[in-house]
Amino acid sequence: MANERPMNGPKPGGPPPGGPGGRGPRGPRPKVENPGKLFKRLMGYIFKEYKLQLIIVVFCIFFGVFASLQGTMFTQTLIDEYIMPLIGAQNPDFSKLASAIIRVGIIYAMGALSTYLYNRLMIFVSQGTLKDIRNEMFQKMQSLPIKYFDTHAHGDIMSTYTNDIDTLRQMISQSMPQLLNSAITIIGVLASMIYLSVPLTLVTLVMVFVMLFVTKNAIGLSGGYFVKQQKALGEVNGYIEEMMEGQKVVKVFCHEEESKERFNKLNDELFDSAYNANQFGNMLGPINAQLGNVSYVICACVGGLLALNGVGGLTLGGLASFLSLNKSFNMPINQISQQFNSIIMALAGADRIFKLIDEEPEKDEGYVTLVNAEIVNGEIKETKKRTHIWAWKHYHKDSDTTTYTLLEGRVEFDDVDFGYTDEKMVLHNIEMFAEPGQKIAFVGSTGAGKTTITNLINRFYDIQDGKIRYDGININKIKKSDLRRSLGIVLQDTHLFTATVKENICYGKLDATDEEVYAAAKLANAHEFIEHLPQGYDTLLTGDGANLSQGQRQLLAIARAAIADPPALILDEATSSIDTRTEKIIQDGMDKLMSGRTTFVIAHRLSTVKNSNCIMVLEQGRIIERGTHDELIEKQGKYYQLYTGNAIAQPEG
Amino acid sequence: MEWKHEENEKERKKNSMLKTLGAQIKEFKKDSFITPVFMILEVIMEMIIPLLMASLIDYGVNAGDMNHILKTGGIMIVVALVGLFAGIMGAKYGARASTGFARNLRKAMFENIQTFSFANIDKYSSSSLITRLTTDVTNIQNAYQMMLRMAFRAPISMIVAMVMAFSINAKLASVYLIAVAILAVAIGIIMPRANKYFKQMFEKYDALNNSVQENVSAIRVVKAYVREEYEKKKFGKASEDIYDMSVRAEKLIILNSPLMQFTSYACILLISWLGAQMIVAEGLTTGELMSLLTYCMNILMNIMMVSMIFVMLTMSYAAAKRIAEVLNEKSDLQNPENPIMEVSDGSIEFKDVLFSYGEADKAVLRDVNLKINTGDTVGIIGGTGSSKSSLVNLISRLYDVTSGELLVGGHNVKEYDMEVLRNEVAVVLQKNVLFSGTILENLRWGNKEATEEECRRACELACADEFIQRMPEKYNTYIEQGGTNVSGGQKQRLCIARALLKKPKILILDDSTSAVDTATDAKIRKAFAEEIPNTTKLIIAQRVSSVQHADKIIVMDHGRISAVGTHDELLITSDIYKEVFESQTQGSGDFDENGGDN
Repeated sequence: MANERPMNGPKPGGPPPGGPGGRGPRGPRPKVENPGKLFKRLMGYIFKEYKLQLIIVVFCIFFGVFASLQGTMFTQTLIDEYIMPLIGAQNPDFSKLASAIIRVGIIYAMGALSTYLYNRLMIFVSQGTLKDIRNEMFQKMQSLPIKYFDTHAHGDIMSTYTNDIDTLRQMISQSMPQLLNSAITIIGVLASMIYLSVPLTLVTLVMVFVMLFVTKNAIGLSGGYFVKQQKALGEVNGYIEEMMEGQKVVKVFCHEEESKERFNKLNDELFDSAYNANQFGNMLGPINAQLGNVSYVICACVGGLLALNGVGGLTLGGLASFLSLNKSFNMPINQISQQFNSIIMALAGADRIFKLIDEEPEKDEGYVTLVNAEIVNGEIKETKKRTHIWAWKHYHKDSDTTTYTLLEGRVEFDDVDFGYTDEKMVLHNIEMFAEPGQKIAFVGSTGAGKTTITNLINRFYDIQDGKIRYDGININKIKKSDLRRSLGIVLQDTHLFTATVKENICYGKLDATDEEVYAAAKLANAHEFIEHLPQGYDTLLTGDGANLSQGQRQLLAIARAAIADPPALILDEATSSIDTRTEKIIQDGMDKLMSGRTTFVIAHRLSTVKNSNCIMVLEQGRIIERGTHDELIEKQGKYYQLYTGNAIAQPEG
Repeated sequence: MEWKHEENEKERKKNSMLKTLGAQIKEFKKDSFITPVFMILEVIMEMIIPLLMASLIDYGVNAGDMNHILKTGGIMIVVALVGLFAGIMGAKYGARASTGFARNLRKAMFENIQTFSFANIDKYSSSSLITRLTTDVTNIQNAYQMMLRMAFRAPISMIVAMVMAFSINAKLASVYLIAVAILAVAIGIIMPRANKYFKQMFEKYDALNNSVQENVSAIRVVKAYVREEYEKKKFGKASEDIYDMSVRAEKLIILNSPLMQFTSYACILLISWLGAQMIVAEGLTTGELMSLLTYCMNILMNIMMVSMIFVMLTMSYAAAKRIAEVLNEKSDLQNPENPIMEVSDGSIEFKDVLFSYGEADKAVLRDVNLKINTGDTVGIIGGTGSSKSSLVNLISRLYDVTSGELLVGGHNVKEYDMEVLRNEVAVVLQKNVLFSGTILENLRWGNKEATEEECRRACELACADEFIQRMPEKYNTYIEQGGTNVSGGQKQRLCIARALLKKPKILILDDSTSAVDTATDAKIRKAFAEEIPNTTKLIIAQRVSSVQHADKIIVMDHGRISAVGTHDELLITSDIYKEVFESQTQGSGDFDENGGDN
């Protein structure tokens, strides 16, 4: 029989690999810590929803095995019990055979039906469980702090959704039922074998151990090469990636020969390890098949001796049956070791999945919420109406009172220290104050801490020391979602989503009307180019807005912030080279967006800086100068150097 | 007729594709031939075993003949050993042939890509080239191994079993023929439908992956707009779609297994029934009946196997097509027959140049007439899409002009040896890349033999030395893939230094100082003027201050040269230039300290 028989049709499901270098399905067993616990947890997921189905599945598998064993027994007894008595009979009576065939046929049919039933149930069990896990993973991911995304490679996160989920699918839908199937078969066959002949059973078991021993060694042998192959594959893929990205530079520097040379070397190494890994992997099948044959022959010889000498009560008919059992014993043994491998592999994936699910979510102890308000007789009152006036609802526990503070966008930093890790502070003693409607500009070199400061206001990161207040309320007391809703943000790298232009703008306000969308686009100076797109506002953007220019994407990001209409804004001006005209349009859009709002801007443009109420010059995490443009020019310090731009070319002015 | 013609065309294409791929088997032809031979030998041994088993049971066990048991057992061991040998050889040669084929494919593709011109590279995105070199090749490797090892083995196993069954008893064996026919039809109905669903499911998977990817990279936007719930809903829907499609596909696929069982069980029972009657009528021995039953699984399993191979081969068809495409791509730039091996000076002349990337009516450059003297510093300015980059890319023959002539050092660029030309015309591309390796290794891309001193000199000119010296390992600092551990401004300066090491006659900076602060930018320009006065320098920039002091400034507008002159001249003659200049000095100028990390 073919040794490489795939178990269940073409490999269903397998999502496309998560990119070059992704974890392959074959390979040595990964090390998994505490597999028992992982397995239990995983089973918990399945049991939670599909208890009844699982019970039926187990029952069906039992019945399926019973049916096929029954079939094997039937072919054994067919000749002795049903055919032999008829030979030479004058009027052979086939009715006994007929009724046996009908009986076996019914059992067979039920067996086949129960196989179908359990397979069908397992579809819902496996796909449903996967869906649940996938959804839980994503839900969890949404609650994780920004830090998680900073410290985990995006490729690794992606691979959890693709490769790891896929190994789980294989385990739940294929390996587990088959493992159960094989185990039941083995027990059934073993019991029958013992019943027929104990000594022959021992002979068979010895051969099974030989088989397992050989398999284990072969796996060990190929395992070393598999590790090498994975490593070589990673290197080749990495090199390919790098060279393809830089192909134009290769051309410009006439570096083709060198890059070929290095590639050929890596490629040859990969060939070497892949060849060996595949070679030993392929050998397992034939080795086991032939060892099975050897086991058969040995049993036949030993059994023959026993039967002929009348030792151990073995009859010739019994020997024939035993031999057929011997044959059906070897296959599930081989399968068990394969399935076991794939379950261990899946548990490694489950480990990564659970790690993601177990991540600590973003903490939010805030209780101050943002509510619609109206002002009645000079007093702020909460209302359900959409008043466009917002207030912070602040419940004071000690006095059991609730106060309301108008949302204005006043921001205050009080001696703030911050570090991404506790060991290394990147911001020191930051003091700053922004009145509603004021514009604060941050300037300074890369790594001075400009972006970091703005990331603290909306609590992407939590500070180590000091206080940040929003409208006089410590931001730690404000519910994170409400805090963020009150702050607009335009990042330096524009991220757009696969959706229409309109939907992308509406990201700032999901229930916006068309009129609001147009108004926001017009404010951002985006309306004109959108109108020129093939389907206008309904044009589908893909691949992070790949079909738009850099400038156009920024305009959309501005429109997205505009439609949210927050009282305070964080702007990170883009530095990428955009031609002067487009830049002017963007600048104009930004200016319109900023007017009337408290704005923190990481500034790259002179006009932005000049129009600021206050400029903060940052260096190595400290504010080293502050003041208006004119004041700072007067001072002739760092800002002056940056501004004049030729401080080095023309020393001392 | 029309249809037939199309069909022929498709067939022809498929053949040429197979030919292209097949040509890469090369030194593994022997292995590729031997593998199926051994697989067939293995299968023959496998077929003999049941015969021996039957004989062992019939004449040994049942007859109580120990000699026969030992003799047949001995033969069986020998057959098993031969089978083992054949299996191991098949494993070995199959692995060698398929992994070797994959190696050759990768090699041939990679080498061909190295000959690609910029136009060829533009045609494929780098990510698509990566997929072709990695995932696609792996698919082909697996398909090839499967084909060598199973595509002959499975049908032959089936045929041999069938022949043996017929030789035992044609009447009974014909039951198998009917079973095979029924199975084949059923599989033929199930598989294509299931495949259709699987294909749709893959698309849904792509959509889901895409949405996760987007979410992860834009997590700041999601959080800033408090759109977690919205994203969850979006994801939930994509997840539900996959669920629906997977369930639909798998519902079809699982039909295979009961179908197999029904057919094989039916065969067993039918043959038992008919066989029993024949035995009684003395037309069949019991041993023969047992053998017939053994062949049942052999025949039916292998038809399943054949269908699987078929599915797998169709699935790898797309990968094969993509690989063949890269292998068949011919560079559109060729070296001349007797190339000029030296560029005499750094003068450049454009004569009536027209250039388009593809269709002639979509010219991106028109009526370009321009003369640049050796040693000149020339600034180029203009809006996005005004074809500044296209203009300079023609000079080192990264693209060929569509019509007109382009002379460098007095000769048409097409007359030079390409490597010679590109070594003399150094371009710092707008989208520049550093490679993983130390700073020194990166710099030596410009000149393999450059000494450390020369590298340092180049870095000083490019104002890179100052920040390199502040790095812990200085020139031996390791640059990560894509240069992610240096800032944008630092990267640009390293790229300039790398180009300077070529000691070119012409140096082209395509917006290469955009992330460098104005002060450093000025310093680099000053160094150029003083240290490499004889090199022709072309500088594309957005900032007027970067080109203000050039000997000549070219103003580009919509693929044409709109004006040429010095800064002062252009302020009078060119409205565009004047507008740009004024916008940058009056209010919205570039206060760019992004690269000011020195």
